[in-house]
Amino acid sequence: MGEFLTDNIKTQEYFLNMGPQHPATHGVLRLLLQLNGEIVENIDMDLGYVHRSIEKMCEHDTYQQIIHLTDRLDYLSSHMNNEAVALAVEKGLGIEVPDRVKVIRTMMSELTRFASHALWYGVNAMDIGAITPFMYGFRERELINDIMEETCGARLTMNYNKVGGVRYDLHPNFQKKVKDFIKHARKKLPDYDAVLSNNIIFKKRMKNVGFIDKDNAVLYGLSGPTARGSGVSCDVRKVHPYSAYDRVQFNEITFTEGDSYARYRVRIREMWESLSILEQLVDNIPEGDYKVKTKAVLKLPEGSYYQKVESARGEFGVHILSRGDKLPYRVKFRSPNFANLSALNKMAKGVKIADVVAILSSIDIVVPDIDR
Amino acid sequence: MTNEELKNKLSGWYNDLRFTETGTYLNVEVSPKNLKSLAEKLKSDPDCAFNYLFCYTGVDFGEELGVMVHLESTAFRHILVLTTKTSDRENPELDSLHEIWPAAFLQEMEVFDFFGIKFKGHPHLKRLFMGEEWKGYPLRKDYVDNVNMIIR
Repeated sequence: MGEFLTDNIKTQEYFLNMGPQHPATHGVLRLLLQLNGEIVENIDMDLGYVHRSIEKMCEHDTYQQIIHLTDRLDYLSSHMNNEAVALAVEKGLGIEVPDRVKVIRTMMSELTRFASHALWYGVNAMDIGAITPFMYGFRERELINDIMEETCGARLTMNYNKVGGVRYDLHPNFQKKVKDFIKHARKKLPDYDAVLSNNIIFKKRMKNVGFIDKDNAVLYGLSGPTARGSGVSCDVRKVHPYSAYDRVQFNEITFTEGDSYARYRVRIREMWESLSILEQLVDNIPEGDYKVKTKAVLKLPEGSYYQKVESARGEFGVHILSRGDKLPYRVKFRSPNFANLSALNKMAKGVKIADVVAILSSIDIVVPDIDR
Repeated sequence: MTNEELKNKLSGWYNDLRFTETGTYLNVEVSPKNLKSLAEKLKSDPDCAFNYLFCYTGVDFGEELGVMVHLESTAFRHILVLTTKTSDRENPELDSLHEIWPAAFLQEMEVFDFFGIKFKGHPHLKRLFMGEEWKGYPLRKDYVDNVNMIIR
């Protein structure tokens, strides 16, 4: 018996289709796994199932009009995507927004980040095979969606930012509801750890799976919690502060293990940090206008503009090339998911098929942002 | 390094670089034949240490096609934009940067798909989003599609 169970046994290489309709690909992502037995040798990707050519559409729209398209990229970080475009145009035109706008934007970003991480916590656990965390994650996310609905008028694709400020002022209930939410979340977050973080099955599925070291994480262009799980200090909120992030105290969470479990722990700790940022700001929202008046037709001076923000999945960037026209000449969205996906092949080389699911969910992909 | 120091350093390497500062970051235009050697120097030089390629944009400049590569150094946090243009619209070809920054691997596939720029040395250029049977390169300015596109 023993002589058959050696490492030298090679089976015929074959391909396995994962997706486009696979529950763990969180959308329509198609992976072609090249397998040797159950070991993954290589992963080829076939993207574009939800490609809407948003970058081309932007070339036919004015700067005010392109903001709502960014909601449809990473729909779980829609506020940050909006903010990036608004900031890029404001910077290019030299528009200074009031303090109130900066604080509102920061708070909305952190609420969005918490909601996104809460959703990720649920679906990550579900990919591994646990159902209860899914209910926990969605319970907290629902409260944030309610806050968003009151102020922005929408729960998911908020379209709340505009050039020069935000679309509406805060709802009178906003402060009270955020305070209630912080109190609620602080009580519930320890449950997240209790039910999943120390679960032995979960740990065995996540630990030492999908390893990537620090140098490679940078070279492969990883960002966000995925890179911070490898010890890369890359939080745009710290490195290139924008909005009100320079006036709040928070820690950049990094872990050095570089595996799926480290990425999991980064996101859990980031939820605590988001709460702390919200707590610092909720009683200190400055009085003033929620927008400044801008010209009806905005024309960016000729040049190449770039703005990066920290979305829930990493560094989201907007690159606008302008020729001085009211329409942008070229708009490129630097998608954190697309960049993170480029390391999938590296992370998944030599793992088992089931681990690909764990890795995919630990880098937290959102397919509409990959396809754009 | 500040933009001025970067400019001085890079001009010492090549004399045909063109610097522009209209916009957010320092922009340097390099000829296609020097692209790869400049990229290698930018990464390996200890004072530059550009190790993080964060944005790779294909652009149709009208007469020319080209790419704009955003680079950052995680050690010094300076940022540089590398621009290259080729005037050959029929069969545009540039050097691939994926050996220097693996992040460029998928990005170059995307640029190939949307602009038709071939990357010398890229092992796996395929139409990542549009599929092999798609005709034309949709993000080029002269692309026409009477069925799927509405021009206002």
